[in-house]
Amino acid sequence: MGQSVTRSAGAIDVVVIGAGHAGLAVSYLLGKRGVDHVVLERGEIANSWRYERRDSLRLLTPNWQTRLPGRAYDGDDPDGFMTVPELIRFIDDYAAANGAPVRTDTTVTSIRRENGRYRVTSNRDCWTARAVVLATGAFNLASVPPVARDLPAGVRQLTPFDYRSPECVPRGGVLVVGASASGLQLAEELLQAGRQVTLAAGEHVRMPRRYRGRDIFYWLSRTGIHDERYDEIDDVQRGRRLPAPQLIGSHRLPILDLNHVSGLGARIAGRLMSVQGGRLLFSGSLRNVCSLADLKMQRLLKKIDGTADAEGAPAAGQYEPTRVDETPTLTMDVQRDDIQSVIWATGYRPDYRWLDVPVLDRKGRLRHDGGIVDSPGLYALGLPFMRRRKSSFIFGIEDDARDIADHLVGYLHSSSRGKANGIYTDDPTARSYRRSA
Amino acid sequence: MTNTASAVDNGVNVEALLDAREVLTDAPDAARFVWRAESEWKGGTHAESRVEKFFGLGEEQRHVREFSYDTDHPEIFASEDKGSTPVEFVLVGLAGCLTAGIAAVASNRGIQLNSVAAMIEADMNIQGILGIDADVRNGFNSITVNYQIDADASEEDIAALVAQSQKRSAVFDIIANPTNVNVWVNL
Ligand SMILES: Cc1cc2nc3c(=O)[nH]c(=O)nc-3n(C[C@H](O)[C@H](O)[C@H](O)COP(=O)(O)OP(=O)(O)OC[C@H]3O[C@@H](n4cnc5c(N)ncnc54)[C@H](O)[C@@H]3O)c2cc1C
Repeated sequence: MGQSVTRSAGAIDVVVIGAGHAGLAVSYLLGKRGVDHVVLERGEIANSWRYERRDSLRLLTPNWQTRLPGRAYDGDDPDGFMTVPELIRFIDDYAAANGAPVRTDTTVTSIRRENGRYRVTSNRDCWTARAVVLATGAFNLASVPPVARDLPAGVRQLTPFDYRSPECVPRGGVLVVGASASGLQLAEELLQAGRQVTLAAGEHVRMPRRYRGRDIFYWLSRTGIHDERYDEIDDVQRGRRLPAPQLIGSHRLPILDLNHVSGLGARIAGRLMSVQGGRLLFSGSLRNVCSLADLKMQRLLKKIDGTADAEGAPAAGQYEPTRVDETPTLTMDVQRDDIQSVIWATGYRPDYRWLDVPVLDRKGRLRHDGGIVDSPGLYALGLPFMRRRKSSFIFGIEDDARDIADHLVGYLHSSSRGKANGIYTDDPTARSYRRSA
Repeated sequence: MTNTASAVDNGVNVEALLDAREVLTDAPDAARFVWRAESEWKGGTHAESRVEKFFGLGEEQRHVREFSYDTDHPEIFASEDKGSTPVEFVLVGLAGCLTAGIAAVASNRGIQLNSVAAMIEADMNIQGILGIDADVRNGFNSITVNYQIDADASEEDIAALVAQSQKRSAVFDIIANPTNVNVWVNL
């Protein structure tokens, strides 16, 4: 547990919202820089891991890579993958060791900008802050496509947030929609529990767990892919939309892919496009999305080969192309095919319903430049590809949090100069700093 | 991906396409297009369809001229064969769309194309349209496209071009995914 904060609410330099790893990392760095701040958390430290993850989940990032600013993994299984309770302990210990100024059970219900400051209101108190860091997570809500509304009422619909284990899913056939990390892991678990599973697959990212003697995450970092910057790649929006790779935190399989789950008996269909009456219609593009994934995987492995050859890594394994039926299923009938439940593994999105600063675009996404939100003194952390490809990973928070903490300190400094003159200005130096950060 | 388009010439104006993408990102209304065709019965199973005007970028547009197409059915259907069958037109649309996409993607990726040829085949059981068997669908059971491409690129890069072109193709989407179709009669 973090240090319990006894100070009373009121004026403060910085409010950090959220005590997941992102909020705690920036809190640590702000502390190092002597910045007065508080961390407001609606539940407990590492709340998302405590209450929003299924029982069997293991991290898909290896232990050696699980690190936060000022803290590295020091256990005796560097190549293993943490369970959720182990990660909660890791984050708890981190907060305690840093004496993070966390106020738990404090739900922020509104943030407004007033006279150049932010008024942060929670269910317990109210703060006036010069700067705010939104570290509330990028995966708070399940993204469920509109076709969900057209499913017959008798079909039970679940999101990964409702799913703890196969027992949560009613008897009978299950349609898992989405073939990224969550969808494939759930499909596999359900198949192993003896369920009849259909998996609807749109575009997905295929990659092996290990390649040329090393974990794939080793290579993604080693080749510089994880460090690619948001302002240097061609199309950052595409990078931000990319689904999580088809990986599982385990060495028991060389690769978790569509071939694996179809081998276990799953029926693979294309993307679920529409529901008419009790009929599900799937896209006829399955072969192409599989070709795209195979080609992209080969391109990635080829890129890794350059580095792996230089390191004298062992020879590469072979991965057979994704097997696609001659005539994949285009339609299913909820009744006839006994579809009792649908699991929407169709991605996640952040929840900004409590944010009253006009910084969302027409699609509800935060308008920001590498985490520097389009409102002076407002910052974000932990969003996909926020500043780097690794931004939403635990190991990726350090570089981003450091950049954000530095920018924030510059902002506090320049805005207090403005205030000393008796006029509050959004100092232009804060903006030019933005470009160099 | 770096834009090495200047090094290749596939006759595609990549700059214009990239500019359009940039401009239309923040102008969703201008991105709304309406495509039109007019069709007239000529007798028998023959119809003549014309294409000229469309709507886009916020205003009425037109092609450089009117294009007209005849559709009919072959003599084995006891028709006069004054044009291709409507289902063949669907194949023409798919071929045109995928091939244009290949050229655009190749140009954007700096790949010089030397030749691109496609063979499209679609199989259909006409027991469907003749109403013989209610379990047989009217339309194609499947469509197969075979590309023959000569380009200054590796086999993998060529395969990636074709895959990306399908991903971005309107006609591929129209065929592979359901679309609501509303047909009205104006009396
Ligand atoms: C299923 C899943 C598996 C993942 N696996 C991995 C993995 O293996 N490795 C990896 O590196 N990353 C993984 N991630 C990505 C990422 O590390 C996690 O999502 C992580 O929880 C993000 O940390 P965070 O601090 O940004 O957000 P969170 O952990 O979500 O923390 C945000 C905190 O803010 C609090 N909060 C939210 N709204 C408010 C409010 N209004 N007021 C007060 N408090 C609020 C929440 O209670 C929460 O404690 C995974 C993500 C998911 C969804």
